[in-house]
Amino acid sequence: MSGVVQSLDALPLLGIVFQLLGYLVENLSYMSHTTVAVAIPITLAALCGVMCERSGVVNIGLEGIMLTAAFVGWMTAVAAVGLMGQGAPLPFFGATLPLLIGLAAAVAIGMLVSLLHAWLAIHARIDQIISGTIINIGAAGITGYLYSLVAGQSFQGAGSFSQIDVPQQIVDLPAIGWLLNAIFRQGPIGLTAIIVVIFLQVMLFRSRWGLRTRAAGEHPRAAETVGIDVIRLRYMNVVMSGALAALGGAWLSMENTNRFDANMTAGRGFIGLAAMIVGRWTPLGAFGAALLFSSVTAFSASLQIDPPSGDLGSLMGHVPGEFWEALPYLITIIVLAGLIGRSVAPAADGVPYERESAT
Amino acid sequence: MSDQPGTDPAPGLQAAPGAGDSSGAGDEPDVEGATSGGGRSLMGQASTGRPSASRVIQLLAEPIMAIVFALIVGGIGIVAFSGLLPDHSAFDLGLPIAAYGALIGGVASLNGLTSTLVYATPLVLAGLGVAIGFRAGLFNIGGRGQFLMGAVGAMAVATAIGKDAGPWITIPAALLAGAMLGAFAGFIPGFLKATSGAHEVVTTIMLNYVFVFVTYWAISGPLALPRAPQPITADVTSLNAGLPIILGRDGNLGILIALLAIPIMWFLLFKTTIGFEIRAAGMSPDAARYSGMKTRQLIVVTMSLAGFLCGLAGATTLLGVVHRMAPGYDTTIGFDAITVALLGRSNPIGVCLAALLLGAMRAGAQVMQIQAGVPAELVDALQAIILLFLIVNIFRRLMSNIRRPGRRKGMQDALNDAVLDRGGAQ
Repeated sequence: MSGVVQSLDALPLLGIVFQLLGYLVENLSYMSHTTVAVAIPITLAALCGVMCERSGVVNIGLEGIMLTAAFVGWMTAVAAVGLMGQGAPLPFFGATLPLLIGLAAAVAIGMLVSLLHAWLAIHARIDQIISGTIINIGAAGITGYLYSLVAGQSFQGAGSFSQIDVPQQIVDLPAIGWLLNAIFRQGPIGLTAIIVVIFLQVMLFRSRWGLRTRAAGEHPRAAETVGIDVIRLRYMNVVMSGALAALGGAWLSMENTNRFDANMTAGRGFIGLAAMIVGRWTPLGAFGAALLFSSVTAFSASLQIDPPSGDLGSLMGHVPGEFWEALPYLITIIVLAGLIGRSVAPAADGVPYERESAT
Repeated sequence: MSDQPGTDPAPGLQAAPGAGDSSGAGDEPDVEGATSGGGRSLMGQASTGRPSASRVIQLLAEPIMAIVFALIVGGIGIVAFSGLLPDHSAFDLGLPIAAYGALIGGVASLNGLTSTLVYATPLVLAGLGVAIGFRAGLFNIGGRGQFLMGAVGAMAVATAIGKDAGPWITIPAALLAGAMLGAFAGFIPGFLKATSGAHEVVTTIMLNYVFVFVTYWAISGPLALPRAPQPITADVTSLNAGLPIILGRDGNLGILIALLAIPIMWFLLFKTTIGFEIRAAGMSPDAARYSGMKTRQLIVVTMSLAGFLCGLAGATTLLGVVHRMAPGYDTTIGFDAITVALLGRSNPIGVCLAALLLGAMRAGAQVMQIQAGVPAELVDALQAIILLFLIVNIFRRLMSNIRRPGRRKGMQDALNDAVLDRGGAQ
């Protein structure tokens, strides 16, 4: 008797699973594209983290670098519009001269903030987590102050970069059309991020720079012995990687939206850091982890835009929206706690390097 | 004096490879040499808790210098961007003086002083919460989530029993519930670190966002006032849960709670066995473990205690100052508490002084915004610049230490090694 009852209970469950699958297929196009888009800033932050930590510098100031770049990029673009007007749109990505100036300013400030972190971490040998935290506090405080100075004023916006349109023939390709559309329907920063993932993966494991970086992160003393300038290499990596995190910030204020909000990074830098750990300090792995987190975001966004019907809909109706918003963070924690011992940081990660001195 | 990663596993944002075995989260290199040579650090790891008079001056000199430099830089910032303010000319050299004058003037009155104490109350409590973590070598960035959970816990109890029970029952129950929920919020990252080695910096930050959404859910769901046009909780003063005013216009009972917490935490840290074990684990996890201390339990206990204090901060703020939770209820206490703990060198008395300073800046900032037109957010920027100068100043001290022969370890090494559960010492 109880067996019959159980089997009856199982039927609606099976129905819901099928409804869920149907819902996923139905919204595949939207969800896949949103997944890649949401993963862009997380990936860029994670790539910055990979470059820093592979050379032995912990960088939890990613969030602050992104926020500073988001603000400075947007502000510079708006100021440029005020000075020279919108200008003629350039033939690619809906770019205008002010937008490009803003992007350059964002990258420059990102590298500058990274230089500060590099100096604090490598030269002053401040605890790197404290130095990163101070960068985060400073970025939130200073951008918050400067933004409050301009927030009340009315000015002409600078617009944002636009996505490329994937040709319809490609979108209609069977089986892979949706995937290509999801990956390539991006703006300039999004496409750059995807290219940099592959580029860095190859460079890190196939180039002289990559070998040296990994050596500096694993055993700086040995690296120095064979003639690698560990200090210089770490400076280079931290400053260069700042440009990546800065692109992530610029994506927020100049590609995904056309405005700045106080604290608009909303933890993406930290999620990028987690993606780096989950992805075992490799660019491709970090990208994969970022996609895992963003797919949850995409799913919850899809639930709000197109609520499912039937049993699935009534079931989802009982789940508060806040749960879906918290889920990426929860998954991050669970994956982190589950991965420990199998995902190992570079051995000299976070350890300041000091040359043997004559005295 | 060199780092030898080959022999010392130095984890990044994660535990060392051996975290799975019995060595657990305490799998860190020895830092005894660091603390004995360095004397003390930014976190106050090696300070004794009862410094002499000259020592006090020495302890105060660096933060004061950092504050002075930060005010100068802040002044330059005000001048540089004064053109953006309405009714001000570009590069208005008088504006910093007007702004800082208004800031100080805003504090220098009875209402200004009570306002300072009200602002300082959560900073003291949460600052102690971060400081005790630093003492144990743990970096608690979860103050924001723990604070919010404290508010939710207090609100939940006030909603549940406030109508029937009198204030004598409701207020202590609500405060305790907030503190306990905050302790639970701190327990989770502590437990994860002790069992799996997941670094508390990442888990506390991730949990902050989880708790923000839990708070939003609580405000719009179980704690929402029925039949209200928008999701909002009841006013705690209507639920017999508002903290009584004990001082001036708005000085609530929370001030007394914070004032009591300072000697209690000082006693706990410097006069009890658990306090000794916390400090020992922070200075040298290996030595602590080899001497028989249960370092994993210490991690859990310390993080729970830190969460308890931050939760209490959230509860007193809700019951004494804000009184109700509206949509988007949030706090900047997480970063503020880190500032307070660093500035106060993780010493309860230092935390108190730092909290008073920050509280005064926050109290004066409102007056500054009204009178001088400079946005109150200036204080957030100043806070970061103070911290920056503080650590850079320490760096200068290191340089003078290095040049002194016979001293193997400098201040900075003590800081680097002792603050967190990793080090480059050999």
